[in-house]
Amino acid sequence: MPQKTSVTTHINGEEVQFLAEPRQSLLESLRDTLHLTGAKEGCNDGNCGACTVEMDGRIVDSCLVLGVEAEGSEINTIEGVATPEGLHPIQEAFLENAALQCGICTPGFIVASKALLEANPNPTEHEIRFWLAGNLCRCTGYDKIVRAVADAAGRMSS
Amino acid sequence: MTTTYEPNQVLSTKEFKVVGTRPIRHDGVDKVTGKAQFGADVFPTGLLYGKILRSPHAHAKIKKIDTSKAAAMAGVKAVMTGRDMPETPNVPGEERRITLGELSTDLKYLREQVMATKRVLFRGHPVAAVAATSPHIAEEATKAIEIEYDVLPPVLTAPEGMADDAPIIHDDVFTDELGEKQTDKPSNVAEHFQHKLGDVNKGFAEADVVIEREFNTSTVHQGYIEPHTCTVQWNKDERVLIWNSTQGPFNVRDSAAQVLDIPISHVRLTPMEIGGGFGGKFEPYGEPPAAILSKMAGGRPVKIVMTRTEELECTGPTPGSYIKCKIGATKEGKITAMQAHMAYEAGAFPGSPVGAGAMCVFAPYDVENMLVDGYDVVVNKPKTAAYRAPGATNAEFTSETIIDEIAEKIGMEPLEFRLMNAAKEGTRQADGAPYDKIGLVEVIEAMKDHPHYNAPLEGKNRGRGMALGYWMNAGLQSSVNIAVNQDGTATLVEGSPDIGGSRTSISMQAAEVLGIQAEDIHPSVADTDSVGFSFGTGGSRTTFATGWAAYKAAEDVKQQMIERAALIWDVDADSIEMEDGVLKSKSDPELKTTFKELAGELNSTGGPIIGRGAVDPKGVGVAFAGLIVDVEVDPETGKVDVLRVTAVQDAGKAIHPSYVEGQMQGGSVQGIGWGLNEEYFMTEEGVMANSTWLDYRMPLALDLPMIDTVIVEVANPGHPFGVRGVGEVNIVAPPAALANAIYRAVGVRMERLPMKPQTVLETIAAQKG
Repeated sequence: MPQKTSVTTHINGEEVQFLAEPRQSLLESLRDTLHLTGAKEGCNDGNCGACTVEMDGRIVDSCLVLGVEAEGSEINTIEGVATPEGLHPIQEAFLENAALQCGICTPGFIVASKALLEANPNPTEHEIRFWLAGNLCRCTGYDKIVRAVADAAGRMSS
Repeated sequence: MTTTYEPNQVLSTKEFKVVGTRPIRHDGVDKVTGKAQFGADVFPTGLLYGKILRSPHAHAKIKKIDTSKAAAMAGVKAVMTGRDMPETPNVPGEERRITLGELSTDLKYLREQVMATKRVLFRGHPVAAVAATSPHIAEEATKAIEIEYDVLPPVLTAPEGMADDAPIIHDDVFTDELGEKQTDKPSNVAEHFQHKLGDVNKGFAEADVVIEREFNTSTVHQGYIEPHTCTVQWNKDERVLIWNSTQGPFNVRDSAAQVLDIPISHVRLTPMEIGGGFGGKFEPYGEPPAAILSKMAGGRPVKIVMTRTEELECTGPTPGSYIKCKIGATKEGKITAMQAHMAYEAGAFPGSPVGAGAMCVFAPYDVENMLVDGYDVVVNKPKTAAYRAPGATNAEFTSETIIDEIAEKIGMEPLEFRLMNAAKEGTRQADGAPYDKIGLVEVIEAMKDHPHYNAPLEGKNRGRGMALGYWMNAGLQSSVNIAVNQDGTATLVEGSPDIGGSRTSISMQAAEVLGIQAEDIHPSVADTDSVGFSFGTGGSRTTFATGWAAYKAAEDVKQQMIERAALIWDVDADSIEMEDGVLKSKSDPELKTTFKELAGELNSTGGPIIGRGAVDPKGVGVAFAGLIVDVEVDPETGKVDVLRVTAVQDAGKAIHPSYVEGQMQGGSVQGIGWGLNEEYFMTEEGVMANSTWLDYRMPLALDLPMIDTVIVEVANPGHPFGVRGVGEVNIVAPPAALANAIYRAVGVRMERLPMKPQTVLETIAAQKG
């Protein structure tokens, strides 16, 4: 069995240590080792975005990052989006706009949308669609997701 | 126009207190915070990871399998092949039908589909499986299994399979000819059936314009984002526990038990949250092998998660098809005859949705003469599964394209032409019963009234197209239990996985009866030990049928609450009525309480109240929908851009309009993907060359405009709130609407799906030179 490496990282603001084989993806480390199952596996080859997490200020498909690459990094996952005070405005907007059906893509969309609104607090419809083109949703046709992100932008700016 | 444009309209005909409102869905917070537990999110103690070894060939004989090297690897706990599956007794003339959502199959085929024994019939056909302590070890071990094959020539399309010299895939498949006799030689055509009404020859003779075209459509996939996943544990008491991602917990409990040759009650299936299905998650794929591996490994749980390539290569796509469609009409606009010859790919085993397609192909029209011939053809591709209105999209792509062409030839506006020939209550179709109350005319009128229809479309190479869609919807069995809580709320237990907000649409129907808020109901989707039989979430049936079970369970609670009030007040139950959550005596105004107050007194006045609802409703309301779409075609590349979309659909009654709109928008976009991009690109050897989502390209947010909706409500008389199923019909119209829009843009009639750039360019070259 391949030797495991000890990885020290910060996940949702907490220091976390875990062991990873060199061949294990960050997604696998999050889900199977740390049981942070909010990031989802849809394709495991970087096409669907269901495993999107924020890594050192940038959103990545965690299936395309190795677990050992997380050494020393700051990772934020869907589990860290809501705070003890309550839901994030994007989460509220997704609920109120019915922007999810099955919900498997939702964590990835919320993590990606949060990064969008932090970079661009007032995006146009086209900018929302462009930013979210790395996240596949097969249920909604994207309409209500685009509305929710625009709605969240309004909530966050007011 | 100066009125504010409403992108999402509800043309409501009857108002209720809870039904028709838009509460937050009950499972919403779990799903936006990452806490919802989907199929792959279970980790029982001692978990092993399973991996299936699959055939690299589309058609081959298995000569030899050697698993010894794999079995000897460190970390490998079990290895199995088809020989470890229970034998399925093959009694001639005695079929054991297995329900797979909207389709069904014979047990012997399902068993062989789960794992091959003698021959592999499609690329990706399972031949062996391994359970190991990590997914990587399991994968390495499958590569250490040695198999020798004799490769055979594959059959890849329905016309190829029907050719006289086609390689024969099954030596025990004979053509069931018009339900009367079987051919004496094995054939790839499992069935030929016919629906006939009137005399089409007479009808075509009466026509001034007759158009006939041949169409080919590609195999496409459901494309749910969550792959199939299951975790199975074979306990020492011979009970088999399954946690999986499925549309049909009871369906898969039953089919997996039958494949494993154990009583259905030995299986307890716990449906996890499900990441999409669209008809494709009714079949047992990994469950039987995982069960056998678990048993071999001493009862340790085994989890199998499919890769995306396995999904595309090995799970039910919806069929490619060849359809010849012919329609005739008089110059005054009366359709005189409609005829279709439809050959659908079943995949590796009989059972394509051609039967459903044949029931849909001409369904929007009231025509005296119809003839439909359907052929179910086995090919060396994965066995097809249901996909959102299975069979209908292929079929209505062809008829709705020709309808548009005839309207143009006789100089009628296409919606007027449709309206003139539209089916109504009492119209009989070629396959049988006349329609009950339907909302087709109302759908067409709503399309005509919509600002989109009346907006100018300017610019070169742009066109607007319209089409209609029909789907029959399903009823089937559902069970619901409701228990009253002392705080005046209620818990609701149901057996239908919630794929798009159905916990809420079901709870709302109970809340309406009980006179409480949707938020006062706490729904849960239970395992198969904890609720009565419920057919799966498919066939647009859940809000209709499970909603009806909830209505009945709530009525049962209501009656018991009335009886309890009668007991407390010492009056006749007949003298009490309950309305909007208030119980009161019809004669004594002093005697009055609320559902909530009475709920608090139950335990001290005789004990808890639970209500039950178990239904098999027959009053299914069929569904019609229409789509208006604007496109721009790039004549140099052939690329089609979608500029504007409006979807119109008769919902009967929209219980939760937001989630009805969601179905309409999502179905429309799946139809757009089917129409413009998606296809199985097969090599001559029968290997799918685009088996990742990079190459099997589904629509992205950036490909699309907003999808505007109009919900039409023509109540279904067969449901207490008038519900018709809303999940499926919306996928049907888009490919034809796009084809008609492309015609308006560049003047060519499309005869192939998908209408990808290459196909558009080839069609322009062929038709315009």
